[in-house]
Parts: sequence; structure tokens; C-alpha cells
Amino acid sequence: MSTLDEKAKEASTEAVDEVETVLPPKEKKQDNGPWGYIILFFIIGFAASLVIGWGIFPKLLYSQKKQPIDFNHVIHVEAVEEGCESCHFFREDGSFSGVPKLVQCVDCHEEVMGEDPNEVKFVEEYVAKGQEVPWLVYSKQPDCVFFSHIAHVKMGKIECDTCHGHIGESTHSRVYEENRFTGYSRDIWGKNIAGLKKNTWDRMKMDDCAECHAENKAVPKTVERLPWPISWMPRPYEKPTSSQVRTQIDKDACFVCHK
Amino acid sequence: MKVCRRSFLSLVIGGAAGTTLSPLPWKLMDDSSIWTQMWPWTPVPEDGEVSYVNTVCSLCPGGCGLTVRKINERAIKIEGMKAYPVNDGGVCLLGLSGLQLLYGPTRVKTPLKRVGARGEGRWEKISWEDAISEVVKKLADLRAKGLSHTVGCISDSDRGTVAHLLGRFLTVYGSPNFIRTPSMQDSYEQTMHLMHGVQASAGFDVENADFILSFGSGLIDGWGSPVRMFKVNSALKGKGKLVQVEPRLSNTAAKSDKWIPIKPGTEAALALGLAHVIIKESLYNRDFVNNYSFGFNDWTDDRGRSHKGFKKLVLDEYGPDDVAEITGISDSTIIALARSFARASKPLAVCGRGQGNTPGGLSEFMAVHALNALVGNINKKGGVWAVPDPDYIRWPEVEMDINAAKGMQANRIDGAGGKTYPDSRYLLNRFPEAVNSGKEYPMKALFVVGANPVYTIPDSKAVKEAFDKIPFVVSFSSYMDETAANADLILPNHVFLERYEDVPMPAGLQKPIVGFSKPVVKPQFNTRHVGDVIIQIAKSFGGVIADAFPWDNYEACLQKTLGNKWNALNKEGFWLDSNFMAKGWKRAFSTPSGKFEFFSRAFAAKNENLFQQFRPVEPEGDEGRFPLILIPYDYMRLASGCIGDPPFAIKTVEDTVLKGDDILVEVNPKSGRGFREGDQAILSTPKGAVKVRVHLFDGIMPGLVAMPRGLGHTAYDEYLADKGINFNELIGPVEDPASGLDAAWGIRAKLTRA
Repeated sequence: MSTLDEKAKEASTEAVDEVETVLPPKEKKQDNGPWGYIILFFIIGFAASLVIGWGIFPKLLYSQKKQPIDFNHVIHVEAVEEGCESCHFFREDGSFSGVPKLVQCVDCHEEVMGEDPNEVKFVEEYVAKGQEVPWLVYSKQPDCVFFSHIAHVKMGKIECDTCHGHIGESTHSRVYEENRFTGYSRDIWGKNIAGLKKNTWDRMKMDDCAECHAENKAVPKTVERLPWPISWMPRPYEKPTSSQVRTQIDKDACFVCHK
Repeated sequence: MKVCRRSFLSLVIGGAAGTTLSPLPWKLMDDSSIWTQMWPWTPVPEDGEVSYVNTVCSLCPGGCGLTVRKINERAIKIEGMKAYPVNDGGVCLLGLSGLQLLYGPTRVKTPLKRVGARGEGRWEKISWEDAISEVVKKLADLRAKGLSHTVGCISDSDRGTVAHLLGRFLTVYGSPNFIRTPSMQDSYEQTMHLMHGVQASAGFDVENADFILSFGSGLIDGWGSPVRMFKVNSALKGKGKLVQVEPRLSNTAAKSDKWIPIKPGTEAALALGLAHVIIKESLYNRDFVNNYSFGFNDWTDDRGRSHKGFKKLVLDEYGPDDVAEITGISDSTIIALARSFARASKPLAVCGRGQGNTPGGLSEFMAVHALNALVGNINKKGGVWAVPDPDYIRWPEVEMDINAAKGMQANRIDGAGGKTYPDSRYLLNRFPEAVNSGKEYPMKALFVVGANPVYTIPDSKAVKEAFDKIPFVVSFSSYMDETAANADLILPNHVFLERYEDVPMPAGLQKPIVGFSKPVVKPQFNTRHVGDVIIQIAKSFGGVIADAFPWDNYEACLQKTLGNKWNALNKEGFWLDSNFMAKGWKRAFSTPSGKFEFFSRAFAAKNENLFQQFRPVEPEGDEGRFPLILIPYDYMRLASGCIGDPPFAIKTVEDTVLKGDDILVEVNPKSGRGFREGDQAILSTPKGAVKVRVHLFDGIMPGLVAMPRGLGHTAYDEYLADKGINFNELIGPVEDPASGLDAAWGIRAKLTRA
């Protein structure tokens, strides 16, 4: 962000210089004078809004929250045998368990292990009281989104880190940034406010789903029938006229992914 | 430096241009679209582990098996239990909406004590210990004064461990006044008692019948076990016939093979008229009638008096012409119906109006049952079976002290089992009158369990008055229903999805079954199982009363009672006596004659003219003042029993039944001259007058007005309260001369412009 901001500032000073260099001769100053100010103010407004939009807005939009317990993934991954799926497993019916419940933790953590104050807090405040830990889930999608882990992990053979990054290698829980407006994690939109990404796990918006689906030609049957590319908005002008096709689409197309 | 207006505008334009090049508007646009889906009132399904719990529904007498889908600890959806012998995977609207009774706003969340006037709705929360000690103190006080018989209990059932605990408590405490809420079960039980000589329920093998003749029974309007009847009705198509006899084109009539409109209240005459044709044309089952029945031919009693037999009586009195005149059905229709009924391979005649929530006249039940006997389909495949209650509650006899023995000798307040009505077991319809007149003795305390008499018993005004006369009313309702609202103390029971309970004998089933209701979720509020509360009350008394309840709590009691059935019930959800077979004709009847009795000997002495000359149960009111007759009707979307419609269910009621808060009454366009569809009108009967709207309907016989049951609640939640009119406000009970049960089927009425 800072680089962008600096560029913007540089651009604005250059522009000011430019204005000064092309100043007309003194005798015409009285006629053209206001134009100088006008352009100056335009540039101030322009620059200020860029600073606000790129710099201040993202800071205001997200609140910073700490996880109730600082969690060390590395220790846990070392202690278990089956990697991520040891704790984040699939249930018998194929649904995904997500963040582990207390009942799984209790197997090992019935008593305090080691001297980490986080461990003490965990056992005393949650295990002893039988209370679930209110973990903040970085990757929680909005309620309207339907996502099936099993279709992606088991059938699509996608690795966990493709979407979740190398969270398994973290030794501390990072700060959870909550969108003040929607209540959702910053991870969905991505850390980069411009929506740019370097890694597959940097963002989890619909375009990112679509990108991967397009790349792998992984198209659910209902989406296959869509008369427009899934990449963005529906394009009604591309709709086929056949009422039969339309009925099929109307019936369930959007609801494959959207509830 | 001069800052002019142009500079300012320029600043703004620069700002706008910069903003469009920043992520701010685009990000906010995206966020706002997510935000609109995140409003707190948007329901969001819980995410988590899915599990299923099997239980049994006790919201109506149907007793269906349920499978409840849970996510984590939250019950999400109620489905029918697959392979359950009653409903096999099906579920009705009320059962489906049961979650709203669990999580909805109408629950009583903690014991409440009245602080304002009765029905004012001002309550004080009290602890369970205080509530129980208050009840004990009151009851101990009455018992010490020798008034134990003035304590009564109204319950929706007399089967199962909860009802037995209540009955046991009353017995050992010293009161004969355990009263079951009335339904067609009363009339059928008495029919079985008089004609078969057994204490049993009537079970109908409807699955195997190929000709069902229904005398006003709403087979797909909630009669018997509703889901089962829906399945039977669907299965009947193509392989059998359903003939519906009733004055109104109900859903059952509309879906039947033939609808025969009849003058209401004359169903018994039609049954006897059909018997006439069957006997005259020798279409009856000779084997059964000649060898296993009594009273078909003329007979002489012990004192040497001769009596007309059933054959002579119907041949003399119920010719098709006579019956046509009584019922309004043409004689050719009667003859054709009798022939097709008798010639069907497995004909079955059933009665009990609508959902069967009212008992009806005994002569009607006996006449219809006589038809079944004539065609010999008693205890046969596709016929009517006498089903004894499953015999699994074997507790030691109670030991009564002198107070209890004295109390138990008092007459019942409702007169059941007394001199006038020796064959009746419960007569709740006589209760309000008895309390209000004070003829027998004043009632001092009343328990209400699983029932809502203030709403369901005819003549609401008299019922309310009777309740006002009883100084101490304790409701065990889980919901703030009309009776709870008029009680002094509410000791809320767990709802059916939170408790253990045995649910024996679904209505109308021909197999003895015990269903097993078990907790699907933990109790959501500070409620207690009524069984536990009764045991605690008894234990607080000490002495013989406590001794009669040797269990620590209800669960222990249930487990001990069910013994080796407990495991099977926990696993399967029900226990079915697989060895049960209806008794063969030789051993089926325990009457004095040892045969099926068209006339009960003992009964005939007193009620010689039960069939002698057909006298319909006359509706109350003067024909001159009230030219029309008001009849009630039931249908699946309205629960008319003690449980009111939950919000999901009430939403499905169409606007020809309920429009806004206004109830619509059905009137034939011929009787409703001067009224247009939806017009407001005043409907008055001898019991009261209410504002209604008119629904002109060709499917109702002229001269009648039909009103749905199940509306007009004053309690429950905002979704149900104050919608429409309670039919019971407009009708009073009419005592059946033979049984004392409420035989009213309608009341005279008048419709005038509002």
C-alpha cells in the first residue's frame, strides 16, 4: 500500500512542478491566475482522496481481533499422524468438520501440558468448564455461499494450502481482521485492498473460484449449462432463446453455489 | 492566494476522480451487497455435525414415529420415521411444525404463580421447590379436612405411565375424579364394551379394506392417525372404494369415490336403513350372524319379557322410504349403497365426525358397528378389531389409608360410572355443569395435564365459569394455552421433544403398539417432566402416598415399568406385540351371551328404544328464532385439539377459511341470499353471537352454516391468538341419553347482516 501511496504523492508533486513551469508570462497572470488554483485544488482533492482510499480506508474498514487462545499449528502437526485431516476431518456423511470442537482437544488436553500460559488458559477456561472456544475463522465465507469441502479436497484432489495457505506452518495465531461493515474476515477479500493476489490463497471471492474452475475445467453440470461464462455477472443478452434451456438454468444454476 | 468557488469545485472533482481510482467505492459496493445478506433477522442455518434422533410424536392421538434431524445440539427438521408401523416415513403439518413448539415464543419457561386476577396474565416466577410445596400444602390441607374427593385431574389420555401416575396419585390421595378429555374413543370404547363385552379400543384394518363407508369421518382431514389415513387413502385408489356420507363437501368427500350428502345427525338412521336392505336381500354374513351373534332375532330376557330382534326392528322401522325421509338421501341411493357395501369382499364402516375430537351419539356408533357385524368383518382382515391396551404397566396395588378409601367412595363429579351412566368412564362434558350447579360437591382443586379444556370443551362460557369457581387450578402445560392462562399455578412440562414418555396405542390402529418418545434435545428452559413432579409431590406427602411411588424419578419409573422392552424401545422407537392376533369369533366376545350382541342385554332393559324409533339428537335452539343449523368442520391445516396451530401451520390456512383475523363460515348460496362472498355477518346461536364473514360454497347443504374448528384461540402467541372464532363458544353439550357423552353435532343458528 505504502508504495502506491508514495507514487501518488510523487505524482502530485510532479504535477505541481509542471504547473509552475508552464506558468504564463506575468502580464497574463491576472486572467489565468484562478486556473492555477483550480488545477492545484483539483490535484489536492485528487491526491487526498487517493490517500484516503488506499491508505486510511482499509485501516478504518477492519477492526483487529485476537484469537481467544494463541494456537501453534506446528506443534500439533508434528504430534499427529495424518496431517491436517487429523483434526480437520471429514465426517462419515462427507461433511467437513472445520475447526475442531472441544471434544477433540480434550483427548490430549484434559490436564495442562507444559507451561505455556495459553495452555493454562485453555484448560482452565474452556476444558474445565466444558465451554467451546469461540475461535475466529479466517476463511469463513458469507452465509449465502455454499462450499463443499469434499468435492474439492477428495474429488478435486486440491491440497489444503491451495486455499488456506501455509497455515499449518504457523507458530502463532495471527490477528483476525474483521470487516466492520459485513462482519467477515479480511481473508475473503484478501489482504491487498486492490484485490490483487500473488498466491492462490490470497483471496477467496467468487472470481477466485471461477479462475480455478476455468483453469481446471472443473465445471459442475449445472454450471456447464450456463449460457454465459461464470467469470462475472450474468449476461442476459447471451441467453439462449429456447425456453427449455432457460427453465433448466432458472431452476438451480445459481443455487449450486449460492444458497 | 485566492480561493474561489471554482477552486472548491475543482477540489471536489479532484476528490471524486481520485476516489474512483481508489478501491473505496468498489470495495464498499461489494461489502454492501454482503451486508444486505447479513441482516440479523435473516435466518441462517446452523453449521455442524448432523445427527438423527428417533422419537414418537404425542401432539395428537395419532402417535407417529419421528426422525429429527439435528445439527450440533439444535433440532433442525422433523421428518417421519421410516418403517414405523403407523406412518412409515410420513409426517403431518402439525408434526412438521413441532419445532416451533419447541423453540417458539409460546413456551412457559419456568414455574409461574398468578399475581393478578385469573386470566389477567400477570405472573410471578417461582422456584420449583416453592411451586411443589405450594401444591403439597394445598392438597394436604384439603385432605386433612376430608375433602380429598374435591381434587380433580383432567388429562388428554388415560394410557401410558404418565396418566397412570396421575391416576395412581389421585387414588392413593383419595379422589375418584380423574377425567380424560372426550373424543370418539369414548364412544367406540363403549360400543366395544356393550357389543363385544370387552374393554378395548376399536382398531381399523383400513389397509386391507376394499370398501370404506365413512359416516362423516374426515379420513384425510385428521381422523384417527392422520398420516396413516393419508397413505391408506392414496393406496385405496384403484383397488377399492371410499364412500363419504356427510353434509359438507370436505376434503375427504372431495377425494372420495362417492359423496352422499346427508341431513346432519341422521347417520344412525342411514346405517339402520342399509342394514334393512342387507337383511331383506339376505346379503349378510350368515355364519357370523347365526352362530356368533345375539339379538339378531327376537329374544326373551331373564324375566320372560320378549324383545324385538335387530332383524325385525330394522325391517319394520327402517325401510328405504322411511330412511330416505329422515336422511334426505333417495331410496335408490340407499339400496345401491347397501348392495355395494355388502357385496364388497372386505367392506368397512367407520364413524366419528371430522377428526373424531367429539364423542357423538352412542346409537350412531352402535348402528354403524352393527353394519360391520352384519357383513361379518369383526376381528377379520380388513375389518374392525377389538384391540386391548398393551398390558405392560404392572405396578403393585396401592395401599390406601382411611382418608383415601373415604375419598374414593365419593361419586365422581361428572357422574361417569354412576347410576345414570354406568357404562361410561369419563364425562368431561358434564363437568362444567356439575361444578357450576354445585349439585354434587364443590371442586376445590384441579390439575390439568396435556389438555386444554378451557378451549376444547363446548360452551366456553360455562367452562370458564366453572374454572372460576375452582379455587386452585394447576396447569402442567408447556405452552401458555387458554387453560394455563386461567390457572393459578403453571408447572411447565418438557415439550415432547425434550422428554421420555411411552405413547401407547395410536388412534384407530389394529395392532397393539407402544411408541417411545425420547429426548431429542436437552430441556431448553427451567421445565420439569410432569411424571417427576407427580413423584416429587407424592414423596413430599410421606406415608402411604409416598410408598405408592417407589421410584426415584420418572425415568427410573419408566425403565422399571418397561423392563426388558426398554432396550428394544430405545433402539427401534416402538414395541409391537408381533404375536397379537385378533381373537377368533369363538373367543372374541365376553358379553353375557358370549356372542356379539346387537342388543346388549343389560343395556336393552334400560335403553329398549335405542334403535327402536330413530330419534335424532336434536340440536339445541328454537327453529323459529334460529332457522339455520351451525355445524363444525375439521381439516388438516387446523389443529383443533389441545395443541394450537404453530405459525408454519396457520400460514397455510387459505383465505376462504381465515382472512386476516376474520373467520369465514360456509353457507350455500341458496341459504345465504342477500350475502355476497366475504360479507360481514353476525352469526348467533343460543350460546352467543359472533362476527364472521360469509363464504358462499356450493359444497354445503342448504340450511346449514359450517365453521372450522381450531381457530379463535385467545392464548398462545401472536401468530395464533385472536384469529377467528372458537366454535366451542357457540355450542353447548347435548347429553346422549344412553351414554351421557356429548352427542351434539350442531346447533341452531341465525345469520344476520353485520
